[in-house]
Amino acid sequence: MNTNLTVNGRPHALDLDTRVTLLDALRDQLKLTGSKKGCDHGQCGACTVLVNGQRINACLSLAVMHDGDEITTVEGLSSDGRSPLQAAFVRHDGMQCGYCTPGQLCSATAVLDEIARGWPSHVSADLEGPVELTREELAERMSGNICRCSCYPGISKAILSVAEDGTVHREAAE
Amino acid sequence: MYAFDIERPTTIADAVAALKADEAQPLSGGQTLIPTLKARLAAPSKLISLSGISDMIGLSDEGGALRIGGATKHDTVAKEAGATHPGLAGLAARIGDPAVRHRGTIGGSIANNDPAACYPSAALAHGATIVTDRRDIAADDFFTGLFDTALEDGEIVTAVRFPRPEASNYQKFEQPASRFAMVGVFVAKFADGVRVAVTGAGEDGVFRWTEAETALSSSFTPGAVEGLSVSADGLISDLHGSAAYRAHLIKVMTKRAVAAAE
Ligand SMILES: Cc1cc2nc3c(=O)[nH]c(=O)nc-3n(C[C@H](O)[C@H](O)[C@H](O)COP(=O)(O)OP(=O)(O)OC[C@H]3O[C@@H](n4cnc5c(N)ncnc54)[C@H](O)[C@@H]3O)c2cc1C
Ligand code: FES
Ligand code: FES
Repeated sequence: MNTNLTVNGRPHALDLDTRVTLLDALRDQLKLTGSKKGCDHGQCGACTVLVNGQRINACLSLAVMHDGDEITTVEGLSSDGRSPLQAAFVRHDGMQCGYCTPGQLCSATAVLDEIARGWPSHVSADLEGPVELTREELAERMSGNICRCSCYPGISKAILSVAEDGTVHREAAE
Repeated sequence: MYAFDIERPTTIADAVAALKADEAQPLSGGQTLIPTLKARLAAPSKLISLSGISDMIGLSDEGGALRIGGATKHDTVAKEAGATHPGLAGLAARIGDPAVRHRGTIGGSIANNDPAACYPSAALAHGATIVTDRRDIAADDFFTGLFDTALEDGEIVTAVRFPRPEASNYQKFEQPASRFAMVGVFVAKFADGVRVAVTGAGEDGVFRWTEAETALSSSFTPGAVEGLSVSADGLISDLHGSAAYRAHLIKVMTKRAVAAAE
């Protein structure tokens, strides 16, 4: 089935079997092997990518359903692997084996965006106005990304450090 | 997965026509169906995607009731239902995790009728109406057993209509790994009485706790159910918890839901 995907800004015309998941299309056809397959069942978040700016599990979506969509993988978060979040993950040791890291980074990129837009979650104290990125708020928002090495302290520190740099609150406050 | 074709209709009528093909099956968010296909537990010849049908997406007011299109995502319900249906919005906000909520839909959840799914309890507690391409079905008649509903072959849930409660709340005791309900209780108070629906616990899926409904209809306080006890008969016993434990949780979650109802 002919499917057009824009991945990390580059258009691709693919001819895919209907059974190919978005994750397998990214990894096997486009050789973007950053996105990982942990469980293949939507439970670990290692395959998290952004589709039209929203995070989803690429393992639970058929690639042919994404005709015309814009997809961002970990490879597209920055040209040099040094987006503020990526740099913070290195600085705060937010990984051990690194298998979950691409998913964590895509998910965290979306979290910062969701907070900047002022979208509350069910643990937010206040449903109106800017959302404060507390530890509880972060745990809820990152709940779909499991780390088998249990690097949560480093992951949290990394995300919170970028949030505190003002990249997040600036927009929310405007 | 076994091989299948995909069609992407843009109207309900086209979807219903496409579903007449042998072994055709609807695909909504895929958060349940794709794992099922991977496990080769389903072998549709053709998947009919519902996600491009605009008449099935979004929330609207229908004579004071809230109509939610069958292909509306959990995330949308979480963000938009709160003003009139806070219990329902809270339920949607707690389904799985953000990535699941960005794909999964209310129609898929209701049609699948997983015994641990959240939405069936909301539909039953609100006395909601399940709207399909051919008829209206009362929630009381819709959930007919484990993964079983009143839907006929090729019939699709196009919307669910929720009357507006005076107060409502959903409390979920999560199975910590999957975040599905080990026991979930939805309480909804209406002018003519209170309805209590329990998910995650029944061997036949979601059910109403009618004794609690009677007690709460005369006094809408957590104390009103204190003297009641839930029988473990017919409740699920598995590695996550025994039937007796679930019976205990039903009362605890009901009290919490009443206390938190708004
Ligand atoms: C990690 C994870 C955690 C989850 N946690 C929870 C949770 O806490 N609580 C909870 O309730 N659910 C949970 N879910 C399930 C999730 O809510 C699913 O999205 C939902 O059960 C199915 O919806 P879907 O749109 O993905 O349907 P699909 O997977 O596309 O379809 C499911 C079934 O319904 C049929 N179908 C779909 N739409 C319709 C329709 N409109 N009319 C008729 N038939 C239809 C399909 O043919 C299929 O048989 C979780 C899922 C995952 C992967
Ligand atoms: S590989 Fe997709 S969620 Fe685990
Ligand atoms: S760093 Fe190993 S799984 Fe997270």
